[in-house]
This record gives sequence, C-alpha cells and structure tokens, in this order.
Amino acid sequence: MSKTMNDNRLHGDPGIADTAGQDGRGLSLEMPKQRDRAVTIFEKSKAGRRAFVAPELDVDAQPLDDLIPARMRRTEPPRLPEISEPEINRHYKRLSTRNFDLDEGFYPLGSCTMKHNPKLHERIAALPGNARLHPAQAPERAQGALELMYELQVALGEVAGLPHVSLQPSAGSHGELAGVLLTRAYHEDRGDHRTKVLTPDTAHGTNPATVTMAGYEVVKVGTDPDGGVDLEDLRAKADDQVACLMLTNPSTLGLFDRNIEEIASIVHGVGATLYYDGANLNAVMGISRPGDMGFDIVHYNLHKTFTQPHGGGGPGAGPIAVSDRIEPYLPRPQVVQGDDGSFVLDYDRPKSIGRLRGFQGNYGVFVRSYAYILSLGGDGLREASETAVLNANYLLARLREAGVAEYLPVAYDRLCMHEFVLSGAPMKRELGLKTLDLAKRLLDFGFHPPTVYFPLLVDEALLVEPTETETKETLDAFADTIAEILREGEQDPEIARNAPYTTPVRRLDEAGAAKRPVLRQPL
Amino acid sequence: MADASYPDDLRYHAEHDWARVDGEVATLGITWYAQDSLGEVVFFDPPAVGTTIAKDEPYAEVESVKAVSDVVAPVSGEIVEVNPALGDAPETINDDPYGDGWMVKVRLSDVSELDTLLDAAAYREILD
Repeated sequence: MSKTMNDNRLHGDPGIADTAGQDGRGLSLEMPKQRDRAVTIFEKSKAGRRAFVAPELDVDAQPLDDLIPARMRRTEPPRLPEISEPEINRHYKRLSTRNFDLDEGFYPLGSCTMKHNPKLHERIAALPGNARLHPAQAPERAQGALELMYELQVALGEVAGLPHVSLQPSAGSHGELAGVLLTRAYHEDRGDHRTKVLTPDTAHGTNPATVTMAGYEVVKVGTDPDGGVDLEDLRAKADDQVACLMLTNPSTLGLFDRNIEEIASIVHGVGATLYYDGANLNAVMGISRPGDMGFDIVHYNLHKTFTQPHGGGGPGAGPIAVSDRIEPYLPRPQVVQGDDGSFVLDYDRPKSIGRLRGFQGNYGVFVRSYAYILSLGGDGLREASETAVLNANYLLARLREAGVAEYLPVAYDRLCMHEFVLSGAPMKRELGLKTLDLAKRLLDFGFHPPTVYFPLLVDEALLVEPTETETKETLDAFADTIAEILREGEQDPEIARNAPYTTPVRRLDEAGAAKRPVLRQPL
Repeated sequence: MADASYPDDLRYHAEHDWARVDGEVATLGITWYAQDSLGEVVFFDPPAVGTTIAKDEPYAEVESVKAVSDVVAPVSGEIVEVNPALGDAPETINDDPYGDGWMVKVRLSDVSELDTLLDAAAYREILD
C-alpha cells in the first residue's frame, strides 16, 4: 500500500462516503465507495406489500370459531415485516456476504479449531432418514439413528481412551458443566464434601465460569517458565478440599505438558478427579489419549475437532467420556445396545446426575462427526493431528523470520503443538501498534484474525491455530501479510490504528457495546 | 487518553497499583501502565464501604473490553469511601488514572506497610 494513501480520506470520519476519485487516481479502488448501511428487514417493511398471495378459496369456507376457539386466537396481528420476495432474497443474500466464514478465507482462531468442514457431511446429514427424523420417534423406530449414536460413542471413547460416553452436552461449556457435576456426584456419593476446583492460569475462561456455576470455589494454579503447570504451586494447593483439576493439554499456549503423569499423581493423591478440556484435542488424536494420561473425565468439541460447522453460534456438541468410577453418574438416558442387538435408551440409572437437555442432543452434529470419523479412520485421525501440528510449526517458523520476530516474539520458545502464542508487546512498544490493531488490519487482507488477548498471562497475546486443512500457500500468504503489516507500521502506524477499511463496518466501539448494549430492535 | 506517567508523590505496588497517603487515609487506584494494558474500562466493581481489605489480596474488579481483572490492595485497612463517579463513567480510570479515576479511600490498619511499597523510580524499573 502506498504512502499516498495516508491522507485524511483514510483517517477521516469513517462514516463519510469515500470521495476519492475526484483526483482521478486509481487509489479509490482500494477504498469502499460507501460502507454498508445496516438496514433490518423490519425497516424495509411497507404496509400491504406481500411476497405471497394465497389463491382463491375453492372449497366451502368454515367459520373460524369452528377451527380455533376465540380464546386461543390472538387479538391483533403479529408485527411481521411486509416485503416482496425479491427484496427478501436480496436482504438475506446481502447479509450472508457480510460475515466472515471459513468458506471465504483463512480463519486461524486459536483454541477454536476452525478446520474445513467437508461438504460430504452435509449430504449425509441431509438424507431424509437423518434430517427428517422426529426427536420424539419411539426408539424401536429410530434404530438407525440410535446405532449411529452408539457407534459414535464407541469411536469417541476410543479417541479419549475412556470407555463411557454421553452425547447429551451440547457445547464445550455444557460438557464442562456436566464434568464438574459428575465430579460433585462422585464425591458426594462417597460422603466426601469438597469445596474447591483448581484451574491453571492459562485455562479457557469457561473453566472458572463452570466451576463457579457448579458451586465450587475457583483456585488458580500458576504456570512454570516452561509453559506447563507449576508443580510446586499445584502441590501447595492440592488438598483434601480439592474436588478436581481442570486441565487443557496441550494447553492454550499450544504446549504439551510433559509433567502430565506427575500432575495426575498429585491430583489423584488427594482424591480429586482430573478433568480434560478437549478444546485442543485436535493436536493429539490417535497419538496420545487423555484416559492413558490419567484423566477421569474428558469433553470433546464435535464442532471443533470433528468438523461440525461452527462460529455462528451453533449448533455444537460437547460429549463427555468418563472412567469406570465416574460411569454410574452419567446423564440419563444412555444409548445402550441390548442383548438382542437392538439399541435402547437406558433410563435405569439411579445415581445419574439426570438429564442435561431435551431429547438426545444435537443429532445432526453427531451425523457429521460420525461421517468424519468413518471417512478418516483411526490412521486418518492421527494424520489430521500430525498435519495440524506440522502446519502450526511451519507457520511459527515463518513468523520467526527477520522482520516479524523482533516485533512478535513467540511467548514460550519450544516446538509447539497445533497452535502457538506470540506476544505483541515489542510491536506495541516499538511501533505503537497494539495486537488489536494488527488483528483489525488483517481483515483488510482477507484473513480472519487469530485469537487476541488470550491467554491472559501473555502480554498483547496473539494465539494462532492454522489447522491441518490449510495449504502451504495459505500459510505463506498469512505470514507474508503479517510481515507486510509490520513494515507498513514502521512507515505509518496510523494505517493499522484505523483499520479495517474494507469491511461492512469499521472499527467497532467495543467499550460502547459493553456499556450501552442495544438489546432490542424498535419496530 | 493521558500519556504515560508515574507521579513522584505516589507509592506503588508491583501489581500496578498506587497509593496516595494522607495521614491515616490512603487513596488507591491503578497505574497508567495497568489501565493501558487493560484497554478501555467498561465496568468497575468496588467493595462496600466498611469492608476490610488486606495487602496483596484482590479488593475490587475492573472489566475492560479484553478481560475481567482483580485489583490488588497495596495496603491493608478499611474502605471509608468509594469513588461514586466510576459507576457511570468507569472510563475515567483510563482518562485520569491518578486523579478523577481514583478507586477507593482506605483507613490504614498498619502504617508500617507503606515502607514495603515502591517509589516511582523503583516501579518504573519493574516496567522496564
């Protein structure tokens, strides 16, 4: 980008339409003529306009009172937008282009595993037997669906190295809550009333939130200089009041904790359970199993590791797998196979923590994840993880080149797993650019930014997870773009400070959104 | 937003807090570095007047667009006043961290604790 862009068109009021072109230069091509004005479908409504006109009635009319009793009828019509079919089409088509999604570009959002979602899975999920199955269908008439769920349980159990699986939880955080409630049920059943749960200071924010929601006190455990759990701190805090340690391995620093056996021994030594946050399972499938490391409870994110499309708020699935000693407390019903080979819903679970959601969970997610597991097989899953780790290390190596590393050094200098953390602290100090500015500028180059300002213990953190489904060319293009933005920042940091320029909306007022949220659309 | 500064008349705690001592009462807040690291503050959750706080322990929370963070007490004592302006305008912590962005006033329970705090030069050294 040329220096001549640095004029007040670039720095002026972001709400003003671009007036470039008056000088007759091609510069304006890089700038939006006018940013998208947000118009809701309600604002487009015109009284009396219709997208559909019902045909004339060609049967005898029946009195409305015979069809719906007056007391059950609404007294005024619903306030729905009145709009023509072409306008509806244009409205939603336009909206669909305003979001950034994985089918549009590289999305290296750390700890979120934004991998490609194979389109084959959509075909299978759309088969009528899957898509049109009613959730209240009697089990004997839904044997195929129950078999799929049962087989998925078996496969997931194999990946985790823990034999008992419940598919009910419908998000990672939901799986976490299930896991901590299982921990509580396990301890209380033995008359052991414990009060605290340990989480490392690198943990996902959902971990301490889950602990609080489940009625325990959160106790933070520190990180050692190597990026792993601080064993001394863990020993000091592990006592007979500790119910559980929630751990992500590899951690949110993208590092495998080499002391995991020692950690398991300390935690089990005080009678606590060891919980595996599966957000980073994409690094270790078929290579190491949480159950073999000593974990008692694992949650999976089918929408991360097992290719359910995500990023727009769901639906997801956060199944859990547990060891023998936790099994009696699993949610009910469980999908089990009877002696005659048929599949049934087993409600006879007296020690169960109960039901965690309606029906059997997000079935469409199970179909896609099962298709993924069958497509790849055990060896394929391992290869996916190996490639994810290779891609991350390749990208990290590219970002350690001169021109980048002095501004964005790696936070912990080790081989990484499937993701890695850079610190933007030198960039902020030397160029006056915050990690947020870099992230926003990436949008102008067609990349979704990595996770920023997490994990919290790394100053100006940038958490990058490329996943296994990206090509070398994409990784190179991303690394080149980071280098280019830094070079641009050396010349003129104002450009990144005011980014993005090419998105439907520009720099958002995050503080305003937090302090003065607009929660209702006036009709 | 104000430029980086660390006034010489304040005492500092390594967790990026400052104390302005006036007899037995100290005014507390967070440093320029702390507010800059947090980004724009959107919520301040103060302790109640009358609460006892302990040196090195969290006594309040600040929420920014990035994270919710504990505010650590540089001294022990009893809260005698909370800055009422921060309820409606928590961003004052960013705009004027040593002035209108003060957080609480504390009646000191142990004046000798002040000796453990840093002067501006020593605090700057931590930041470098």
